[in-house]
Amino acid sequence: MTETNLSRDRPSLRDWLEASTAASPGQARAQSAWRGWKRLVANRAAFAGLVVLVLLVVLAAIGPWLTPYDPLSQNLQERLLPPSGRHWLGTDDLGRDILTRIIHGSRITLMMAVLVAVIAGPIGLIVGAAAGYLGGWFDVVAMRVVDVFLSFPSLILALAFVAALGPGIENAILAISLSAWPPIARLARAEALTVRRSDYIAAARLQGASPLRLILRHVLPICIPSVVIRVTLNMASIILTAAGLGFLGLGAQPPSPEWGAMLASGRQFMLTNWWLAAAPGAAIMIVSLAFNLLGDGLRDVLDPRDD
Amino acid sequence: MTEPLLDVANLRVAYPSHHGFTDALRGVSFALGRERLGIVGESGSGKSTAGRAIMRLLPPKARVSADRLLLGDTDLLAARENEMRAIRGGRIAMVLQDPRYALNPLKTVKAQIMESCRLHTGASRAEALDRTLAMLEDVHIRDPRRVADLYPHELSGGMGQRVMIAMMLMPSPEVVIADEPTSALDVTVRGQILDILNERVEAQGAGLIFISHDLPLVGAFCDRVLVLYGGQVMEELAARDLGRASHPYTVALNDSLPPLDHKVDTLTVPDHDPAWLVGQRP
Amino acid sequence: MTAQTPGLEIEHLGVTFGRDAAQVHAVQDASFQVASGQSYGIIGESGSGKSTILRAVAGLNTEYDGVVRVAGAEVPVPRDRDFFKVVQMVFQDPYSSLHPRRMIRATLMEPLEIHRFDRSDDRIAGILRDVGLAPEFAYRYPHQLSGGQRQRVAVARALLLEPQILLLDEPTSALDVSVQAGVLNLLDGLRRARGLTYVMVSHDLRVVAHMCSRIAVMTGGRIVEELDADALRAGRAEEPYTLELLTASREATAPS
Repeated sequence: MTETNLSRDRPSLRDWLEASTAASPGQARAQSAWRGWKRLVANRAAFAGLVVLVLLVVLAAIGPWLTPYDPLSQNLQERLLPPSGRHWLGTDDLGRDILTRIIHGSRITLMMAVLVAVIAGPIGLIVGAAAGYLGGWFDVVAMRVVDVFLSFPSLILALAFVAALGPGIENAILAISLSAWPPIARLARAEALTVRRSDYIAAARLQGASPLRLILRHVLPICIPSVVIRVTLNMASIILTAAGLGFLGLGAQPPSPEWGAMLASGRQFMLTNWWLAAAPGAAIMIVSLAFNLLGDGLRDVLDPRDD
Repeated sequence: MTEPLLDVANLRVAYPSHHGFTDALRGVSFALGRERLGIVGESGSGKSTAGRAIMRLLPPKARVSADRLLLGDTDLLAARENEMRAIRGGRIAMVLQDPRYALNPLKTVKAQIMESCRLHTGASRAEALDRTLAMLEDVHIRDPRRVADLYPHELSGGMGQRVMIAMMLMPSPEVVIADEPTSALDVTVRGQILDILNERVEAQGAGLIFISHDLPLVGAFCDRVLVLYGGQVMEELAARDLGRASHPYTVALNDSLPPLDHKVDTLTVPDHDPAWLVGQRP
Repeated sequence: MTAQTPGLEIEHLGVTFGRDAAQVHAVQDASFQVASGQSYGIIGESGSGKSTILRAVAGLNTEYDGVVRVAGAEVPVPRDRDFFKVVQMVFQDPYSSLHPRRMIRATLMEPLEIHRFDRSDDRIAGILRDVGLAPEFAYRYPHQLSGGQRQRVAVARALLLEPQILLLDEPTSALDVSVQAGVLNLLDGLRRARGLTYVMVSHDLRVVAHMCSRIAVMTGGRIVEELDADALRAGRAEEPYTLELLTASREATAPS
C-alpha cells in the first residue's frame, strides 16, 4: 500500500501513460501510442527489424564522419584488397573502401525508399479510399487504371518509365513511385469498401458530414493502418527495385555508391574477389529483411484493441 | 435421477493477464441427468466458457482445472486430444447460436449431416443418406429430399437451426450443449425450434445444457436453472421457481426486464454487489 | 404531452430494392403519424422492413416513394443540413456505430464542427453528464468502453444538435437486460425532460410496449396493425399476426 501511495505523490511518466483513465486528449493519444509501443517491443522479430532500421538511419546520418576514406576517390595501389583491419570490407577494383561506400550508399537507399513511400503512399491511399467510398464511375475509371499498372511486373514498369525519362536517381524514384501506388490503391479501396456501409459512416452522414469530410476523417483512418503495413513491407521490394535499376545501369550512375550499382560493378569480380558483390548484396538483404519484419509486426501495433 | 451423465465439480477457468491470472469461471459445480439444465447469465458471466470448457474447446492459454469433470466414466480433463475428438460431436454435441456461421457454406446440408453420421457411426454412404433424410424428417422439415440438397445460405434462420440440430444429434450424443440456440431467430420461430430440440433430446434420452441470457425463456423451457454471475453460480433453483428467486441478483435480473402485462414507470437497474463474489478465490 | 401537434408524418412510404425479377418490396405503402412529444413504436421480425422505414426517413436511403413531413413541411431529398438538426438517429449495434479509431471527443466534436456550434467542450461535457457518463469519457476510445457506455455515447452524439425527433433502431438489442434497463430509463427520461419525439423500432415486444404509447406491427414490408400500448398489453389485437407475436412473447414469460 505504501508503495502505491509514494508513486501517487510523485506521478511518473509511466503512471501517466498507464493511468486507467485519461484526463486530456493528449494523454489519451499518448496512452494509445504507448500501448502500441509495448506491443511492438513484445514482438521480438519486429523489434529487431526496427533496431536495424534505426541503426541504418544513424549510420546514414553520422557514418560519413566515422570513416577515414572518401567514397569516390580512387587509389589504384590498393585495389581489390580483401577484408582486413584497415579495410573492414575490403576495397573495390578502383581501390575505394567498400565499407565507406556502403555507408554513403545507405543515404541513397534510405532517400529512395522514403521518397517513394511519401509519393506513392498518399496517392494510392487517397485514390483507393475515394474509389471505394464513392463507387460509381470514379471507382470504375480508377480501378481500370490500376489494373493496367498491375498487369506489368513492377520492375518492368519501372524500367519502361526510366527508359522514357532517362537514367538517373530522380527518375528512378519517380518510376518506382509510379509502379508502387496501384497495389496500395487497391488495398485502400478494399478497406474502404468494408466501411462504406458501416453504421459509423451512416451516423456521420446523419450529422451532415460532406463526402470529402467522410473520406478524409472517417474512411482514411480505417485504411491507413493496412496501407502503412503494406508500404513497410513494400519497402523491401522498393529497395530491390532501386537496386535492380542501379544494377542495370538505369538508376544511380557510377561512381555513385548506390548498392545496386556497386553490386553490378562487383559482379565481374565475383569469382576472384567475392567481397565486392557480397558486401552490397548483404546490405540490401539485411535492410529488406528488417523492413519485412517490422511491417509484419506493425499489424499488432496498429490494432487499436487492448490485449 | 440415477447416475449423472455429466458430473462437474469446482470447474475453474483462468486466462493469463497483465497481473497473473484473470478468472473466467470460479468453481462451478453441477451434475446433469436426463433433464434440461439452464445456465443463465449476462455477457461475461462465464456461461459460454462453461460449455466450451466441458467440450475442451477453450484456447490453449486458458488454464482449466476441476475436482471432477466426468462424462459417464470418462475423465474429460485427462482425456487425450484424439479421444476428445471422438467425444466432441460424438458423445457431447453442441448447438450454436447462428447456423449461418456454424455450417460449412461450401457444402450441402446432405453432405454435412452425412459426414457427421459416417464419422461417428461408421455407416456406409447409402445408410448415412437414409439416416440423414430420416433425421431431417425428425426435425420437422417437410421436404427432406429438397432441403438436403440446399446450401446453408439458401436456408432461413429457423430452417438452418433445424439442420444444425439434425446434424448435431445424428450420432446420438449423451449430452447436448445448446449455446444461445434461438437468440438469432425471430420470436415466432423460437418456440418451434425449442420444441424440436426438446423432442429430439427426449427421444434420444440425452441430457441438455441450455445456455442463454434470456431469463424468461430458460424459465419456460428448462427443468432446473443455474444463475451465473462473475464466473460463479449465484443460485440454483427449479425453473418454475425462477419468478420467485431469492438471490438479489436473480431478483434484479427479473425486475430489469420490461413487463408485458402492466406499465411501469422506470425499470430496475441491477446493482452488482461485489460481496456476491467474495470468499471464493484464495 | 402536447396532443396533436404534428411531429412526423409518413405517407404511402414505399422502398424497393433491386430491379426486374430480383425486385424486393422492402416497405409497401406505409403511413403513420407521430404527434410531437409522442413515442411511436414499430415492431416486426427480421426482414419485415421496420429498419428500412427508419433509414428512409433519416435520408440514408433516398430511393423511396411517398412523403415524409416534419412539423408539417415535406423534407427535401437528399436531406439538407437543417434536417439533421431536427431529426437524429441511434443505431442498433453500439460496437459498429462509433468509429473505432477516433476518440469519443472527436466523434462528439464532429456535429458541432459541421454545424458551427460554439462552446464545444462545455456542450460535450454537458451532454456526457446528461447520458450518465463522466466528462473523462471524452478522452477514451470506443474499445475502452462497455456496450452500454458506447450506446450512451451514441445517444449523446444524436442529442448534441438538439434535435426534436429521435429515430431509434433497436437501441438495446445488442445489450444485456440489466444494461438495457439503464439505457431504456435514460431514453425515457430524456424524452420527458426535453420533449423529444421518438420513433423506435424493435423486435422485442416488451421493449416497445414499455417505451411507446402507440405501436405499429409490421410484417412482410407492410404495417398490418396499429394499436395503443395498453391495447397490446391487454391482448386486444385483431390481426392474427399480432396475436401470434403476442403469444410467442408471452409463452416465454409464463412458467410451464
